[in-house]
Amino acid sequence: MRAGGLAFVAALLLAACSQDGGRKPARASDTLHIYNWSDYIDPALLADFTKRTGVKVVYDTFDSNEVLETKVLQGDTGYDLVVPSNNNVARYIQAGAIEPLDRARLAGLDKLDATIMAHMAPFDPGAKYTVPYMWGTVGIGYNVDAVAKRLPGVKIDSWAIAFDPKSLAKLKDCGVYFLDASEDMFATALNFLGKDPNSKSAADYQAATDLLLAARPYVRKFHSSEYVDALANGDICLAIGYSGDVLQAKARADEAKNGVKIAYAIPKEGGQIWFDVFVTPKGAPNPDAAYKFLNFMLEPATIARASNFTKYANANAAATPLLDAEVRDNPNIYPPPEIAGRLFVTTAKDQALLRDVNRRWTQVLTGQ
Amino acid sequence: MKRRSLAAIAPYLWLLAFFLFPFLLVAKLSLSDQALAMPPYAPRLDLAAGVAGIASFLKALDLETYLRLASDRLYLVSYLSSLKFAAVGTVILLLIGYPMAYGMSRFPPAGRQALLMAVILPFWTSFLIRIYAWVAILKPQGLLNAALQGLGLPALSILNTETAVYLGLVYAYLPFMVLPLYAVLERQDPSLMEAAADLGASPLQAFWRVTFPISMPGVAAGALLCFIPMVGEFVIPDLLGGPGTLTLGRTLWTEFFANRDWPAASAVAIVMLVTLVAPLVFLQRRASTLAAAS
Repeated sequence: MRAGGLAFVAALLLAACSQDGGRKPARASDTLHIYNWSDYIDPALLADFTKRTGVKVVYDTFDSNEVLETKVLQGDTGYDLVVPSNNNVARYIQAGAIEPLDRARLAGLDKLDATIMAHMAPFDPGAKYTVPYMWGTVGIGYNVDAVAKRLPGVKIDSWAIAFDPKSLAKLKDCGVYFLDASEDMFATALNFLGKDPNSKSAADYQAATDLLLAARPYVRKFHSSEYVDALANGDICLAIGYSGDVLQAKARADEAKNGVKIAYAIPKEGGQIWFDVFVTPKGAPNPDAAYKFLNFMLEPATIARASNFTKYANANAAATPLLDAEVRDNPNIYPPPEIAGRLFVTTAKDQALLRDVNRRWTQVLTGQ
Repeated sequence: MKRRSLAAIAPYLWLLAFFLFPFLLVAKLSLSDQALAMPPYAPRLDLAAGVAGIASFLKALDLETYLRLASDRLYLVSYLSSLKFAAVGTVILLLIGYPMAYGMSRFPPAGRQALLMAVILPFWTSFLIRIYAWVAILKPQGLLNAALQGLGLPALSILNTETAVYLGLVYAYLPFMVLPLYAVLERQDPSLMEAAADLGASPLQAFWRVTFPISMPGVAAGALLCFIPMVGEFVIPDLLGGPGTLTLGRTLWTEFFANRDWPAASAVAIVMLVTLVAPLVFLQRRASTLAAAS
């Protein structure tokens, strides 16, 4: 028994030493591994893809860019496609963590909206590495009746509702959630204070920290995905969240007929616009299947169905006419020019600034 | 003879492979520099370069990561906060677990098996699902408040507070406290209690002067089994705690994921291990020398 145990240890050690040889598990060539945000695809689309191409899809989800980036930078993710947000992509490219795409193997790139692609250019010049999936905004999701009861006659059109302690004090009892996303939250706070959301000045970040600290006692939870269910169930009355997530909460509440009315607002001070993009991690086991899937998602009919499900806008101009009217004509999904003009894009931060922002965020979360 | 020596070194080999080797890897990582690369750090120590590599490593050694841990109070505060959660949790577990284990051990043997099964049964569901079940129970519109409302009592908001974290910790770790206690209490010879009674001890005196001292190994095993993992617990404070719930697990998470600072995360882990394991080893040494002396 002992000897057997030793042999086992030796085998483990051997396995650890021969990492390079044994590292990549053999994968069936007809399987595609995708790592995407939670609640972010119509399952029927994946079934259709498999039916059409014969490629089986293994689909896993995450709920923060931090988790994704750590996994990708570690290497050997085993995924063929992952979906980071725009301001993270620059770091992926710099670290050599993703593969450039062979654009000759992709059909329908010409149908992508030029304005949206111009927004992506600072992160991935020439769109060498990324194919856009969805884009959306950061705004305020709220329970219409619960907020109206506590703030009668107040129009939800300003970030002041979510940051001013006076209004938050009235909403505290029914629940306020903030995103647990340091970069998004600081950009939003800076923008509300009339400062550059991409500021590099310590004084600006101090002002934003003070604003968030003043709001903190009224925030029940900082979380990047739980607010979807919490809003839909009527557990909370206000959340700073991503557009499509709030609209999904609305759809769920409508479906459950629980009497909860959810709405989304892009405040008049403006809000962050972001893009989630498909990229191929270095060493993806099945790039051929990844190209098949990207071509599938580049078809206007497919991406239109995806948007109808996620309630997020896509970057494919040819898909817009194919969308459900409630998605296409929703100003919170496809903002009209006067709102679109107030949206801003965040840029990648260097390591020192990122550490500073995260340290401040910890201070906001914990008071330490 | 040869077999015996092999048996003697097997535990050490085990420790070498699964404790010391990973520990050294993490220690080396904690002395590296953060980098925008894959993986996101630049090793300082080049073992391939032999003695020269070690020499240049020692010359350039600046311990900047450790200095940062010392200069920012956050790390100390989260460490103390984690210790507090673990210590208070262990005390509550003892207070609940001991009577449970005692009651079980005094049950008729057939009933004991059923009770033992009942303690182990929750392990058949995933730990994560059990903690999420607490979220469903404690949330504002959850089962607890629905029940309170039905009884005409005021609603409680427990979720996302320290109370919820303690509830979760006690719930999740209770079997780890009960089982070792049960193991020692069950083995206790009943005639010892009869002897104590014959010598005039009241049941309470007999418990404190006979049963409890005999059960000390179980108390120590249960307390350690619960205390150590609770210090590093991440899932329970994250799901049940509030924004102010500061723990080492969360601080580690921020370093590793949000800052992508693997060296800092490793340094936090090393400091935690050294400050936690060293006193425990010392205590154990003392306990065994005391036992040997008596």
